[in-house]
Amino acid sequence: MSTHPEHQAPEGREPLDVNDPKLTRFDIVREGARRDDIEIVHYEPQVLPGTKAERRLTRVVAGFFLLTGLAATAFMVIYIAWPWKYEAGRGGDKFYTPLLGFTLGVALLAVGFGILTWGKKLLPKEVSIQDRHEGQVDSEGRTITGQTMLYMADELGVKRRPLLGISLLAGLAPVAAVAAAPLVGGLISQPHKNNQMFTTGFATAEGGERIRLVREDGRPVRPADISTGGQLTVFPGIDHGVSNKHADSPTLLIHLRDSDAQESRRANEKIGHGDYMWGNYAAFSKICTHAGCPASLYEQQTNRLLCPCHQSQFLITDNARPVFGPASRRLPQLPIEVDSEGFFVAKSDYTETVGPDFWERP
Amino acid sequence: MKRRKFDLAATPGKAAVGVDDRFQVATPLRKLLNKVFPDHWSFLLGEIALFSFVVLLLTGVFLTFFYEPAMTEVVYDGSFAPLQGTPMSAAYASSLDISFDVRGGLVMRQMHHWAALLFMAAIVVHMLRVFFTGAFRKPRETNWIIGSLLFWVGFLAGFTGYSLPDDGLSGTGLRIASAIMLSIPVIGSWVTSSIFGGEFPGTIIISRFFIAHVLLIPGLLVALISVHLGLVFKQKHTQWPGPGRTNNNVVGERMFPRYALKQGGFFMVVFGVIALMGGLFQINPIWLFGPYEAWVVSAASQPDWYVMFLDGSTRLMPAWEINIPLGDGYVIPPLFWPTVVLPGILVGLSTMYPFLEARHLKDRKSHNLLERPRDAPARTAVGAMAVSFYIVLTLSGANDVIADKFQISLNAMTWAGRIGLLVVPPLAYYVTYRLCLGLQQHDREVLAHGVETGIIRRLPDGRFVEVHQPLSASNGHADGHGQLDYVGWVVPKKMNRLGALGPAIRGFFYPIEKPVEAPVSPGHPPVEARPEREEIGSGESRR
Repeated sequence: MSTHPEHQAPEGREPLDVNDPKLTRFDIVREGARRDDIEIVHYEPQVLPGTKAERRLTRVVAGFFLLTGLAATAFMVIYIAWPWKYEAGRGGDKFYTPLLGFTLGVALLAVGFGILTWGKKLLPKEVSIQDRHEGQVDSEGRTITGQTMLYMADELGVKRRPLLGISLLAGLAPVAAVAAAPLVGGLISQPHKNNQMFTTGFATAEGGERIRLVREDGRPVRPADISTGGQLTVFPGIDHGVSNKHADSPTLLIHLRDSDAQESRRANEKIGHGDYMWGNYAAFSKICTHAGCPASLYEQQTNRLLCPCHQSQFLITDNARPVFGPASRRLPQLPIEVDSEGFFVAKSDYTETVGPDFWERP
Repeated sequence: MKRRKFDLAATPGKAAVGVDDRFQVATPLRKLLNKVFPDHWSFLLGEIALFSFVVLLLTGVFLTFFYEPAMTEVVYDGSFAPLQGTPMSAAYASSLDISFDVRGGLVMRQMHHWAALLFMAAIVVHMLRVFFTGAFRKPRETNWIIGSLLFWVGFLAGFTGYSLPDDGLSGTGLRIASAIMLSIPVIGSWVTSSIFGGEFPGTIIISRFFIAHVLLIPGLLVALISVHLGLVFKQKHTQWPGPGRTNNNVVGERMFPRYALKQGGFFMVVFGVIALMGGLFQINPIWLFGPYEAWVVSAASQPDWYVMFLDGSTRLMPAWEINIPLGDGYVIPPLFWPTVVLPGILVGLSTMYPFLEARHLKDRKSHNLLERPRDAPARTAVGAMAVSFYIVLTLSGANDVIADKFQISLNAMTWAGRIGLLVVPPLAYYVTYRLCLGLQQHDREVLAHGVETGIIRRLPDGRFVEVHQPLSASNGHADGHGQLDYVGWVVPKKMNRLGALGPAIRGFFYPIEKPVEAPVSPGHPPVEARPEREEIGSGESRR
């Protein structure tokens, strides 16, 4: 290696006359570099002109570029001619995206490798050293700039005329508020409008009928529809009750086995929810009290309900108390009964707050 | 009148003179062409992030032509038969159209997603490189802070982006995001209600996320990236210590032509790899998830990888609810700590680290030479601690999948994560610290005694010793050892590194040049083929 920092040009070097006809082009390049405090200390061709190695590398680079052309053409042909429309059963269209990606990828990789081979193998290797000029602090420059700025401050004369500064601040502060007001004012939205955080779609309208529990397709549910140990997701039987408009309302209706139902009822009575179940049926909010995911994996054997997002587990037979994971609050229970036509209805809305916790939740 | 002759060869020169007459760019341009860049493979990690970002912009613009950021309910009637007739949001329907009814739309969407994942991965790996080599030290603290911010802004870009299709998976992510905002004490419900325009999900969040994802966040990213690159350019790149390299120079290649060619080639390679991934590897198959419905979720609902550490911290958090018995009572939900407080601490700690370290070491000097990780054991160990913390959290973000695939109890996985989060990082600190010291010691040993040659010699008194090849001439030392100082760079530890193997022969299938005679080690006679052995038989030929 011929990296010798001593080679660096001494300070006060005489600049070359670049118009001197005896200079080669490289001499001028080196002179330019020197004027930028760069010393080219090592410059060595990797392949000699006219050698077998040069011809071979040229062929390799050209080969890469030609491969690019080939792959790009293939991309165009496939893009235009390949059957791309989705067909049930997946015909040739399932190869469309992979083929496009493959041909495009090959085209880009080949041009990339072509350029890399060109740069890395065909061009001369060099080592250049550039000065950072960081060590020497330009203290004179600092002084001049600092004094200039202070002089400008003096010219403004805020110190001498304090009223200017005060009035400027007093005048501009409201302007800042004006700039922020439309954004904040436009976005802000009262979270407790219509008591929306504490009610769900099961809330009975005043003097109205009790809300039926319906399935995903809107049909009401009879007790016989759920086999023992089974469960069904139900929704309030109102307009848009099944849609995301009532994202807090999805409820899990569970038909417990006799022994579990008794245990569950005893637990209900302990917290004053004695009449929330109907027969062996209990209904719990499906919206996890932790982060709002649907707690939807029901394990029949242990009566546990698991939320797949963060693995909170709720024990259904103990008022859906959280028994594991990050949830800290039980799933609210919906008081249910069966109306005169034999369909499940909610006796009232949930009596506890549904969904993830927040600051002002009582 | 004589007609002026048009000289084609002189045109570029004339044009250049014309340009310089007007803009005086010749000298600044020469400075740019000549700028010296140090070269090391690890300096290219940040480039991967930059190039992925370019791909993101290109593919992203394509996607905006076909995506409709609206939550109005439509009935799907596109070509994907299994979902025909399903009511869904216009956003989800248009995302399905990009996948099935726009020619080449799916490959663009998948390239966009893969580029985003690669962008974040490159940022993280680049950040680790900068951290473990001490490249963040004075004068580059500002760039370290901008880099950390780029991770978090990229995080937001990713989250707002993968929420846009409004499919079953991303809707669940949005639901969790709304719960995270809700959990902020005092203002939580106001923040959520203001961002979602009412109760979750509302009807406006997708269009708000859209404008954030295609205008506000990319604008911020472009601004931060420009400043980041501008500072690298202004402050010049750091370099490894080595022959001729000082704190006050840059040893490398001039920007043109070789360095620039390599950069251009590398960009094409990154672009090509993203294209291959976008075509060959499926990512986020939204048509399998269905439209978002508040009551539907499937097991193994995982976010993109860079969000998984927060998912993990949420899963590991014990159910500690803080109740404040004032008035009707107030609550700080357990969700607040792992999703709001933890990222806050991480942002603060990571951005402030350069200042904390400089203060601790009372180090006010500028550093342009990198440090090998082993030479700063405390920093390396702190980094290992942070990495292990992150890995435990990320693995915990997938603990249900791990529990399922390896037949482990889910609760055991959660407990392993909780304990692991407290135990593994200190352990990683200790082990890394010791490893660094061990490596340092070995470097010094090789410098003092030489490289192990693998040649065992028996001494006259019967002892066996290994012959060491000293790295320098004996320099008149009585014990035959030269004194070499450690200069902060790789110490050769194998004979091959000292040229014992001879030069490599070039050529893939056959040598393109006559190979140089490989020097034969004086200790070894040329190896001869083993003499052919013949089986002793009856003497009859078996042919």
